Amino acid sequence: MTERAYFKNRWLPYALLAPQLLITFVFFLWPAGKAIVQSVQRQDAWGLRTQFVGLANFRELFQDELYLQSFGTTLIFSVAVTVIALGGGLLFAAAVDTVTKGTNAYRAMLMWPYAIAPAVAGALWYFMFNPSIGIVAYMLDVLGYDWNHYIRGRDALLLVILASAWKQIGYNFLFFLAGLQSVPRSVIEAAAIDGAAPVRRFWSIIFPLLSPTTFFLIVVNSVYAFFDTFSVIHATTQGGPVQATSILVYKVYNTGFIGQNLGSSAAQSVILMAIVIVLSFVQFRFIGSRVHY
Amino acid sequence: MVEKNRGLKIAAHIILILGVLITLFPLWVAFVASTHPIENLLSGRFPLIPGDQLIENYRNVLVSPGGSYGRQPATQMLTNSAIMAVGVTVGKLIVSFIAAFAIVFFRFPGRNIAFFMIFITLMLPVEVRIVPTYDVVSNVFGPIQSILEFTRLDRLIETIAGVEVNLRWRLLNTYTGLILPLIASATATFLFRQFFQTIPDELVDASQIDGASPMQFMTHILLPLSRTNIAALAVILFLFGWNQYLWPLLVAQEDRLLTVVVGIQRYINAADTLPVWNEAMALTILAMLPPVLIVILLQRLFLKGLVDTEK
Repeated sequence: MTERAYFKNRWLPYALLAPQLLITFVFFLWPAGKAIVQSVQRQDAWGLRTQFVGLANFRELFQDELYLQSFGTTLIFSVAVTVIALGGGLLFAAAVDTVTKGTNAYRAMLMWPYAIAPAVAGALWYFMFNPSIGIVAYMLDVLGYDWNHYIRGRDALLLVILASAWKQIGYNFLFFLAGLQSVPRSVIEAAAIDGAAPVRRFWSIIFPLLSPTTFFLIVVNSVYAFFDTFSVIHATTQGGPVQATSILVYKVYNTGFIGQNLGSSAAQSVILMAIVIVLSFVQFRFIGSRVHY
Repeated sequence: MVEKNRGLKIAAHIILILGVLITLFPLWVAFVASTHPIENLLSGRFPLIPGDQLIENYRNVLVSPGGSYGRQPATQMLTNSAIMAVGVTVGKLIVSFIAAFAIVFFRFPGRNIAFFMIFITLMLPVEVRIVPTYDVVSNVFGPIQSILEFTRLDRLIETIAGVEVNLRWRLLNTYTGLILPLIASATATFLFRQFFQTIPDELVDASQIDGASPMQFMTHILLPLSRTNIAALAVILFLFGWNQYLWPLLVAQEDRLLTVVVGIQRYINAADTLPVWNEAMALTILAMLPPVLIVILLQRLFLKGLVDTEK
């Protein structure tokens, strides 16, 4: 930010910023502030009286088996989605970087699932795995596994993991491919001359050079797995069977809108807020920021 | 020289063909299902080639969905999705463009605070402020009303003007409610800001010497220069708007405002009957068609937008 030419006007910049700032205040900052306030309050059953209860809502949450279970489910879910989506993306990017023919066609056919809504991905997989009519469930049955996500929690969790990861592979693929294509040719040639075989070259030279991309993608995928997958759950398993797929974002919705428990829902919101803030901090602090300010 | 390794290339092709199968197989299964009568799907042997009911199934879904609760004609849901996606895209573009213009080309008190306020929206997705945001949409003036009540200004106004202060503006079940809260965008503002910073000073100087007002500079110079950036961003924002789920689920509770992505759920989680899977998959295909076509047909803009917004 060095010398720059500016316009001079007393009120115009404020007028130009007003729409953005008004929306931000009314729909972002105010509700977030209100969530924080509500998280230390409790309402009686009729919503008539509100009382300050300190950290009681949080204490209750952390003593609640179901909430702790939901935390565990979210961790398994997020790690699995991130690992599968990143692994798949890297594998396909490395493969496209290796071949010379058909790269454009491969790229188009691998990236398109990124464009669709998570709920749509959920619907596609929910159908393929349907225990009575789904084609994949049928194949599994032939192989001797009786798949049933309506009854078995493990199957349901695996289903939403696969659907969520499947949608995200294309995104990781595109960023890994861009990363691979920017690895200097000379580095690879030097390694080849030194006698490093292709696989060895990949793991000891190329992959370390990709680490900024990898790190960035880990953060983006975690945010995706934590927050954007609400719709996958809501459109398919609805948190069940017996809470098996009730991840944190689904639970906060359920507590607030179905259960009408404002204090607990607000406390859950605040915990989620803390998670996003940590993830964003990691992203800006360690990845070199995308904002230079 | 890197050795030529045929084996490696063949292995890569095999991996990629498997990858393409993984991405396309669910699509194929859904398409096949959407072309069969429901009896064929329930027969126990899933068909692998399309049936003969394509037109009938899609017509049912588009105009006269039968049976169970809450099913809406897809023509209406697709229209709602389109209105929402276009509204969010245009809104975000305008609001972010002028905000970035103010931040880059003016110096004024409060500039840093404004920047910080925009920045902080990145950390507050709907999911973390869900119930209070719903409250605000039930009455947009809620925050102002609360501030007035808290500061007792409402009493003051009541005594002076003799009117009771009761501000209400309800956005539930309106297109405005679907669109307006989503059009604040840190990402788009930052993108425009980064681009504006690359505009040479000479352009600003020259237009000032020519006596152009700031608004003239914005519309006659900045806007044409930003064309490609705007186009690339528009692609990403359209996908964002089209694929929204939680927000329309909360705000559009009346059936006439249902968007297509939210509508799918009503088919596959029908409470009272077994899902009509052939029609459910027809709707799923319809819901993914616009975004997929955009990504494939506008591939270059999409890729540019993707990279730009993540910088």
